Amino acid sequence: MSAHDSSTHDGSKDVVVHTSDTLPERFSNPGHPEHHLRRSDQDPRANKRAELQVVVLFLISVIGTIGFLVAYFTVTPAGTPSSIRNSNLLLGLGLFFGLMGIGLAAVHWAKSLMNDHEKSEERHELRSPEPVRAQAVEVIQEGVADSAIGRRGILKGAMVSALALFPLSIAVPLIGNIGGNWNVSTLKHTMWKKGTRLTIDPTGRPVKASDLTIGSVFHIIPDGLDKTADPMEEKAKAIVLLIRLDPRDLKIAPDREGWSYDGIIAYSKICTHVGCPVALYEQQTHHLLCPCHQSTFDVADGAKVVFGPAKRPLPQLPITVDSEGYLVAQSDFHEPVGPSFWERLK
Amino acid sequence: MTTTDSAFPGPVDYLDQRTGLGSAIKTFARKIFPDHWSFLLGEIALYSFVVLLISGVFLAMFFVPSMNETVYHGAWASMQGVTMSEAFKSTLDLSFEVRGGLLMRQIHHWAALIFMAAIVTHMMRVFFTGAFRKPREVNWVVGFVLMILGLAAGFSGYSLPDDVLSGNGLRIADGVTLSLPIIGSYMSYFIFGGQFPGTQLIPRLFTVHVLLVPGLILALVGLHLFFVVLHKHTQYPGSGRTDKNVVGFPLFPIYVAKAGGFFFIVFGVIALMAALFTINPVWDYGPFDPSPVSAGAQPDWYMLFLEGALRLTPGQLEVVIAGFTIPLNVIIPAMIVPGLLFTALAAYPFIEAYATGDKREHHVLDRPRNAPVRTASGVALLTTFLVLILAGSNDIIATQFQLSINDITSVFRVLLFVGPAVAFWITKRACLALQRKDRELVLHGHETGSIVRFASGEYIEVHKPLNEHERWLRVGYEAHRPIAIAPAEDSRGVRRKGYRRDRLRQRVSQFFYEDRVEPVTPTELAAAQSHGAHDAIAQAPDALPQVESQPVGGGQHLVTPNAQVTPDERNL
Repeated sequence: MSAHDSSTHDGSKDVVVHTSDTLPERFSNPGHPEHHLRRSDQDPRANKRAELQVVVLFLISVIGTIGFLVAYFTVTPAGTPSSIRNSNLLLGLGLFFGLMGIGLAAVHWAKSLMNDHEKSEERHELRSPEPVRAQAVEVIQEGVADSAIGRRGILKGAMVSALALFPLSIAVPLIGNIGGNWNVSTLKHTMWKKGTRLTIDPTGRPVKASDLTIGSVFHIIPDGLDKTADPMEEKAKAIVLLIRLDPRDLKIAPDREGWSYDGIIAYSKICTHVGCPVALYEQQTHHLLCPCHQSTFDVADGAKVVFGPAKRPLPQLPITVDSEGYLVAQSDFHEPVGPSFWERLK
Repeated sequence: MTTTDSAFPGPVDYLDQRTGLGSAIKTFARKIFPDHWSFLLGEIALYSFVVLLISGVFLAMFFVPSMNETVYHGAWASMQGVTMSEAFKSTLDLSFEVRGGLLMRQIHHWAALIFMAAIVTHMMRVFFTGAFRKPREVNWVVGFVLMILGLAAGFSGYSLPDDVLSGNGLRIADGVTLSLPIIGSYMSYFIFGGQFPGTQLIPRLFTVHVLLVPGLILALVGLHLFFVVLHKHTQYPGSGRTDKNVVGFPLFPIYVAKAGGFFFIVFGVIALMAALFTINPVWDYGPFDPSPVSAGAQPDWYMLFLEGALRLTPGQLEVVIAGFTIPLNVIIPAMIVPGLLFTALAAYPFIEAYATGDKREHHVLDRPRNAPVRTASGVALLTTFLVLILAGSNDIIATQFQLSINDITSVFRVLLFVGPAVAFWITKRACLALQRKDRELVLHGHETGSIVRFASGEYIEVHKPLNEHERWLRVGYEAHRPIAIAPAEDSRGVRRKGYRRDRLRQRVSQFFYEDRVEPVTPTELAAAQSHGAHDAIAQAPDALPQVESQPVGGGQHLVTPNAQVTPDERNL
């Protein structure tokens, strides 16, 4: 089929190039090149020198290990950065010399002192010879005949069923438990509800509208977060960025009238791409940038995506002030926060 | 049998009678392995894995894989009184209060980076020299799986300290998991034992990291090396080396010393890096908290391509169909792109075998130039990864070079498609050019710099012919030709079955082998030497044989030199 099976790599006869008529189609392998002696093979002094070098390298290793032990017992890391750095440096250097000495000594020994005559070994094709293959088929056939499986359909079926089913006893309890309560609908809700105060992350101090000047940004968690059963999980969904803009800069969508308070606006801090906290705010452009994948959201315009791999705007938390002047949520977010998933709109 | 008349001393005799040790020694002790620096890349991978095992056992003695909260009152001043998980606290403790612990942690992390780098470069060596050809296709796949397991080991270990940087990496992993259609939210619960971050993940990752993945890696490393011994190592082309022999040095003592010594060198270099260069200073990042994040965050280098793919894919790709959300802006970069790239890599030996139709065993490696399309494909694949890796650092590039992040991202979006195509074309042309340079050298020999003037006044430079070893290196390869197929219709005009399948195969084969440079043949060399007559100065230049006027071979003639080759053959 293919046009290249005529040539082989092997062949030992030398080709005389200049004779005409009988030139072969291809060159053939000229055979092993001549062996060249090293200096240490010819000059006893060079040989002796190489041996000495190997000895010195091994000694460097011994000194390195001793140095490591000395450093271990004498240099105490006392909690300060410099003492920890010194301890790490000296132990590391001791280990380095201890290892490198052995390594270089062994390689130098092999390269300069050990016999360096190349040897050649035959390879054998991996394929089993045809008679062996025939025998293999024969023994399998014998075994199949001995087992008497060939004629017994119902036995085969029963065996396959039993083998296929038994892993269920391991898989079912594993799958049943591994996902916790498997209640994935909790992904769609956060702990924000009507009247929950906005508090500073991480101190939990409630925020008044007057605390924010134009252009300032607060990282917000819901009041009572640390009293919940799973604060980490709640926090991972509920974190909010609170920003105050000049109300004239703010473009408010008709269905979000009254969600902000005097230019103070709250967005989910979880990126709608794959969920990193969106934490870089640029005051001049009102842009929020996710440091993980650079999705950029326009805070002044409903946190719509202006660049990057996210599709959806950051969900907005409707806020107002309570009777004491503290900022509170009007409700939970009106859509699931964070990365997209299959049933998020269902 | 008594021990007194045996060649073995007592203890060896004892073992031999129970294990057959003698036969093993006889078979393996003087087994021949070829020598080349590039064969050390796989050794670096193996040795850094051993270093990972040693340092990993050390760390496991002190690490507490728990997400229970605790308050830090240890040696590191800046973390005093901070609430953190026990995993993070034990990481600080084993760094600052276990003497040598920080060194071991740094060794472990550096070794992991080197492990992946060595795997990747080893894979490149195997790819570009064609070492994956029959009978080693299966071992290529084993190695490929080892690379994937290396990624799994790296990612699971990277996340264990429960610091804020790796925590955000896990948050991204969760976001990617959630993007899976239908099962996404369930898969996320499967991994985290409920909602992110939960309290299960670190213990689970710990089991994956110290038991499951290393167990699989160990088993597959064993299989990988078993195949190396079974197949015997490949060797670079050269005089005396054929597909039927293996030329090199015996395992004992040469490789016991060289490879054994190399383990200590690899370990030594890793120890030096751990002594001098800080890696993953989690005490600067702080414990995981879902809220804070730092700018310029980067994953370890082997995950950067995924990060880059996520950064490049525009958000508009997210769609909602019948109320169900399909975030293609995540699915494509995080699953489809790596899926395609890795599948192409794993399947390459089989694709090339399909195009070549070659069923023989190959033990002599190819020089990369002698397989232009393979080399070009490899470079194109690497270029794809390189663009993705750079894209994964686009924020760093932006801050370091004062460029707009938006512009950088847009450029990379274009480069992702253009870069590999250009790289393919340039590499293929470069390979063909190098092959022609080889032909030129074989046909005309080395320039000697000595100029001779003929009686007629003509000047020529004397060229020194290559010796047979130099020549063999340049002519001892095989230029595959596109496979020939039977015509679509037989002599009576009846269309045969299977023609379309054969035609597809021929097309693939033509893509691989249509452009090629054949090695110099003895006839060509004889013709070149007689026409040039540079070495036989006595010959008058006007008495040249007829053959000279034919475009035989010279590097500058872009033709397949042998005019009598098969009719199906195409020229460049």
